[in-house]
Amino acid sequence: MQIFIELIVLLPFLGFLILSFFGKYLGKKAISATAVGSVGLSALFTIILGVKLLNEPDTALFASLWTWFDIAGFNPQIAFYVDSLSVVFVFVITFVGFLIHLYSAEFMVDDDGYARFFAYMNLFVGSMLILVLADNLLLLYLGWEGVGLSSFLLIGFWYKEPENAAAARKAFIVTRVGDTAMAIGLFMLVYHFNTLDIQVLLNNIPGQWEVDNPLATATALLLLGGAVGKSAQLPLQTWLPDAMAGPSPVSALIHAATMVTAGVYLIARMNVLFIQSPVTMTVISIIGATTLLVAGLSALAQYDIKKVLAYSTISQIGYMFLALGVGAWSAAIFHFMIHAFFKALLFLGAGAIIMALHHEHNMFKMGGLRKKLPLTFWTFLIGSASLAALPLITAGFYSKDQILWYVWAGEHGSTWLWLAALTGALITAIYTFRMIFITFYGEQKTVVHQKPGALIKIPLIVLAVLSLLGGFIDLPHNFGNFDLFSRFVTYTLPGIEIEGENLEWILQTISAGVALFGVYLAYLFYLKKIPMYNNISAKLPGLKKFLLLGWNFDGLYNRIFVVPIFTMARINKRDFIDYIYTGIANLGLFFNSVLSKTQTGNVRWYIMGITFGAIALITIMFTL
Amino acid sequence: MDSISMETGFIIAGILFTLGLTGVMIRRNLIFVLMSIEIMLNAAGLAFVFAGSFWNQADGQVMFIFILAVAAAEVSVGLALIILIFQKFKTLDIDQLSKMKG
Repeated sequence: MQIFIELIVLLPFLGFLILSFFGKYLGKKAISATAVGSVGLSALFTIILGVKLLNEPDTALFASLWTWFDIAGFNPQIAFYVDSLSVVFVFVITFVGFLIHLYSAEFMVDDDGYARFFAYMNLFVGSMLILVLADNLLLLYLGWEGVGLSSFLLIGFWYKEPENAAAARKAFIVTRVGDTAMAIGLFMLVYHFNTLDIQVLLNNIPGQWEVDNPLATATALLLLGGAVGKSAQLPLQTWLPDAMAGPSPVSALIHAATMVTAGVYLIARMNVLFIQSPVTMTVISIIGATTLLVAGLSALAQYDIKKVLAYSTISQIGYMFLALGVGAWSAAIFHFMIHAFFKALLFLGAGAIIMALHHEHNMFKMGGLRKKLPLTFWTFLIGSASLAALPLITAGFYSKDQILWYVWAGEHGSTWLWLAALTGALITAIYTFRMIFITFYGEQKTVVHQKPGALIKIPLIVLAVLSLLGGFIDLPHNFGNFDLFSRFVTYTLPGIEIEGENLEWILQTISAGVALFGVYLAYLFYLKKIPMYNNISAKLPGLKKFLLLGWNFDGLYNRIFVVPIFTMARINKRDFIDYIYTGIANLGLFFNSVLSKTQTGNVRWYIMGITFGAIALITIMFTL
Repeated sequence: MDSISMETGFIIAGILFTLGLTGVMIRRNLIFVLMSIEIMLNAAGLAFVFAGSFWNQADGQVMFIFILAVAAAEVSVGLALIILIFQKFKTLDIDQLSKMKG
């Protein structure tokens, strides 16, 4: 078993090395075979591991490779730890990653940087696997930075456009803010426990830090900072919409399915620490609730199809944070998995549309694509239905309903948070079907150049099936009562206490009704185009612009951080300290110019100088 | 033998030295400058001789022999330089020979 764990991590890195060193000499077939094959094999081994863990869910698998370093008793290992939590993540990373690699093999085929693209993608998959499999937080941090690096490289993949490079830098710098907080949190853990081994920490934290200990709260908040940066939550969410500058498969893999949920993983992994700090848990749920509303409203005003999906991703991760905050650990992880399926599907579908229309991102220039791209339409519709949580048939309904139910009924839940989440569900349904109606219905505005081939169709179909059926592995208590997933994950994560009376039926009906009502509203506004909508949007152009810019967080941060720093840099362009040294040099030059005037070349002046100097010296000597 | 007093001797040597120095300072012709330098050297030699006779020591006269030898060497080098300078610049006016300046 151990060899499988090692191979799962090793194979993508092997692919990365082969492609980066020999990519130039390989043909496109060989390149895609290397990249897709390495991730595919990883996925295969993950399934073997998963089956084993499903049979014996209470045993964790462990593979220790070597000691990284050993200084003063602090000895992090290069070691991997597989339990029911990490195996879910590994499954999503390798399996969805495999489908996206397959898709990219066709999607990127005309690009000159084919080998470079797949090398980065494999590097990403490898780093992400290290992140979720690491048995200590230092190794996790290595993976954490590794995915940050590959995200930077892939956002700026088409680096010849200056905006893309700027977006890559922005993503890197903004997440770095969170990473710094996280690093400080890790230092605090090392200082107090002298280890970063996750299992040791989880065992020792409750003994050393009682509930509400200020140190526990500080550490938890610092780790939360890292999670917020990586998962694009308020207030560090500004990088994700810009990250859409990367190719669509990158958005699907990194900025929807896997990397942005690293924050969710971190919090779930360190659940004991967060439970010791109820304040932090409240902060997490408030961040989640606020983010899902802010991002959802921003998604309503976008016209770039990928930006709608980007804001929707931020909003859906907000749901996961909300679930984590109220202690619904398994619901958060369940929503993560379902979200990875349907959001990867939506991004891949959007990529197929964009490719078919020759890099057209603007939804208002699409229109009427239902007949031209039937398969893309149907799979995209399934993904959207799952995102909007249409009741009973879609996976998104089951995962989101679980979150809503726990937010209402969980011991830390509250009516306000539930209302926020419900409003979010309404907004989600509206913007999702706004996207569908504008893109696929109405008149056709752009000619379809190119139909997707088999390698694009297969991942779309597989992900569409998963977006429909994935939800049935965990059905609510009141019907079906099938808890395969939550029982499996609860071997690693704490369960949730339910308070309050049994209102589950009513709540489910409400949330189902809200989702359908949202779809109906979108139908009225964007397909039937009732005059009320036009009146609203015409009267409030400022609001529309504000939402289009994502609540203008960029403008705010520009004013608070970017402009002052640039101003200071401009003032100090010629280093203040340097004035001292250039001053000394200038003084020397001045004396030089004065003294060199005395060297006239006239010998009689010299002898005069010597004579009168000697007389003066002698006079001084005798008078003293 | 009536001996000249030490002070008189030094005054004479001083006058001679001042004459030479003045010559160096005000003369423009290189040959005269060289001759004035010889006068200054001889003034210094005269002072040595006076001092040697005052203390009844032969060292003063020994020093004078040295000075003579040095002066002869200096003159031979100096005259050779003067000839070269004259060949090159066609003048011996030191105010015009002021190329070496900073």
